[in-house]
Amino acid sequence: MKVELQNLTKIFPSRNKKSGEEVVAVNNFTFTIPDGKLVGLLGPSGCGKSTTLYMISGLQKPTSGKIFFGDEDVTELTPENRGIGLVFQNYALYPHMTVKQNILFPLQNLKGKDRMTKDEMLNRALEAAKLVQIDDLMDRKPSELSGGQQQRVAIARALVKMPRVLLLDEPLSNLDARLRLQTREEIRRIQKETGITTIFVTHDQEEAMSISDVIVVMKLGVVQQVGKPQEIYDDPHNLFVAKFLGTPPINVFTGRVENEKLYIGNDAVLDVKGVEDKDVYVSIRPEGFSLDEKGPFICELSNVEIMGRDVSVVSKNEASLNPVIRSIINADNKVDMTSATVRYTLKPHKVFLFDKKTEERIYFEVK
Amino acid sequence: MSKVLNALRSAFVDGVWKTFCVKWIWQGFCVNLVYKKFDKWKGWLYLAPAIVLLLVFTLWPIVNTLRMAFLNGYSSLGELGGETFEFGIQNFQKVITYAKFTSALKNTLLLCVITVPISTILALLIAVCLNAIKPLQKLLQTIFFLPYVTNSIAIGMVFAAMFNIVGNNIGAEAELIKTAGIINNILGVFGVKPVNWINAGSSYTANMTVMVIYIVWNALPFKILILLGGLQSVNKQYYEAAKIDGTPRWRVFTKITVPLLSPMIAYVVITGFIGGFKEYSSIVGIFGDTMGPVGDPRRLNTMVGYIYDALSQDYQGRASAAALMLFAIIFVVTMINLYVSKKKTHY
Repeated sequence: MKVELQNLTKIFPSRNKKSGEEVVAVNNFTFTIPDGKLVGLLGPSGCGKSTTLYMISGLQKPTSGKIFFGDEDVTELTPENRGIGLVFQNYALYPHMTVKQNILFPLQNLKGKDRMTKDEMLNRALEAAKLVQIDDLMDRKPSELSGGQQQRVAIARALVKMPRVLLLDEPLSNLDARLRLQTREEIRRIQKETGITTIFVTHDQEEAMSISDVIVVMKLGVVQQVGKPQEIYDDPHNLFVAKFLGTPPINVFTGRVENEKLYIGNDAVLDVKGVEDKDVYVSIRPEGFSLDEKGPFICELSNVEIMGRDVSVVSKNEASLNPVIRSIINADNKVDMTSATVRYTLKPHKVFLFDKKTEERIYFEVK
Repeated sequence: MSKVLNALRSAFVDGVWKTFCVKWIWQGFCVNLVYKKFDKWKGWLYLAPAIVLLLVFTLWPIVNTLRMAFLNGYSSLGELGGETFEFGIQNFQKVITYAKFTSALKNTLLLCVITVPISTILALLIAVCLNAIKPLQKLLQTIFFLPYVTNSIAIGMVFAAMFNIVGNNIGAEAELIKTAGIINNILGVFGVKPVNWINAGSSYTANMTVMVIYIVWNALPFKILILLGGLQSVNKQYYEAAKIDGTPRWRVFTKITVPLLSPMIAYVVITGFIGGFKEYSSIVGIFGDTMGPVGDPRRLNTMVGYIYDALSQDYQGRASAAALMLFAIIFVVTMINLYVSKKKTHY
């Protein structure tokens, strides 16, 4: 099921009546989620990603804008009539019911022509449980399950009524690091197997990058960029997106462009064709550096962290906005630790320029 | 270092070290002993006021009740006069065979069995409704809580006035037509004949109806308070999850709200039964200390009422026996309650 958001806006009235300040949680969100895809809404806390999810679910009403499932306008529909499954951040499993009862619960609510016999319901519940691999835990109470198992039960409960759209609110935030890795693969697998259009919310860029077909990066209620994970990583539209994605984080410098040359400090580090003279932010991905004894970019060498396949060179530069510069270099290249400085040449496609005022991307020709 | 060692060695050889050590250890031991002793008694000292009060006003009365209950025909006046009483269970035998006692037992059981379920269900419904509304919630909460802070005798007098009639029922039925009580007036609007609720000549059913209404109304605030508190601590996401699954309201109530509230419901039922078995002042409030309508005193007497009566007539033995039986009944009922709630309650 294709999900279409048109100019979706959510304004929360101010809590303090005197100041009268409204909070715009989601601002004019227009986006089409293609059928059968896994979409990650990514952003720091307070960026409106959960609000967007709750508006799609129908638990919150948009202030303005429309939501379509396929060609059907669902903006005015109540949650139960939208045909969605929602997995809450803390799962919201009914604590007094067993796993089986929890999964059966949505089915028992069905009325009219959708009504099922007991056997049908049990079969469906078992099917859903098998899909998330909890069919051996059916008679346990949620309190007797681990976090990861509870998560699976919540997904099974959301899937059992065959929703048109599956919504996941921070699905991995309550799990430990190892389980998180495992569960995100699991979510990917379940989504692939069922083919249900799935939207999930996360603040963890790694999580979003690793499993999404499409990422929506949000900030303060405004969509910053939409695209495939690799596209967004390779081609950020503004400084926020560049900084938000990638580990280790991107290195940001203040710089300036003069005569189509990019200066960081006094070093002319790169030819930037087609850019007019101005002050800019320069951001360079950690893998955008290559060691070069005659390289134009000179930094003060701090130390080298060994990571096995790669080494991470930690250096300093006055123009850097991050406390240190981190570059990832293939371990075959030997770094001279006795030297006080390290010199780099930059890979042009890993260097992004942003306007100092608008923080929007400035494109230059890469030779 | 060697200097110190040497000094120590010589001190040992001289025996100086030894004497000092023994002295220090002995002193330390003594001081410690005093402190330890005090430590041991300190706790008791601080507890003393509470313990003394408990001994005098709780433990001694319990022991004395046991003693009086098992001395045949015990009366304190008699004991003062030098009378001696034999050990036995005559008091219990007498109490059980008394019609006064069996009617009091019947009244108490009836009131309990009727009022506890009604007040619990009503309180649950009111709490759910209160929880569902936003505006005026605090005001309504206060209004619902008012009976709790009002004197039950005062409430009883108001109820008595509300259920009152003018004139008396002795003689022709026509004399009943004039009525002053607001309840009969309201019933009159709907064309119902005035009922003699509590006055002379009223029926037992009418009396019990008034009592049930009064006790339920009086018991509501506490129960609403507890259940509302429970409701407000239920995670809202359960309801959101239920909403997404299109759960009908009734199913949300029975399958989610009630199970999640079950610990509070169990608490309210158990305390309700305990309170119900101790019912006394409510009846005094409406019928006065005759415990019944004019012309038929003691008709609505309860267990506690019976105990008071026996005490005031200097039958302490009988009163003690009745009190012990009341205790046994409350104990058994509470055990049953706990057993049932353990099976049905989700904690």
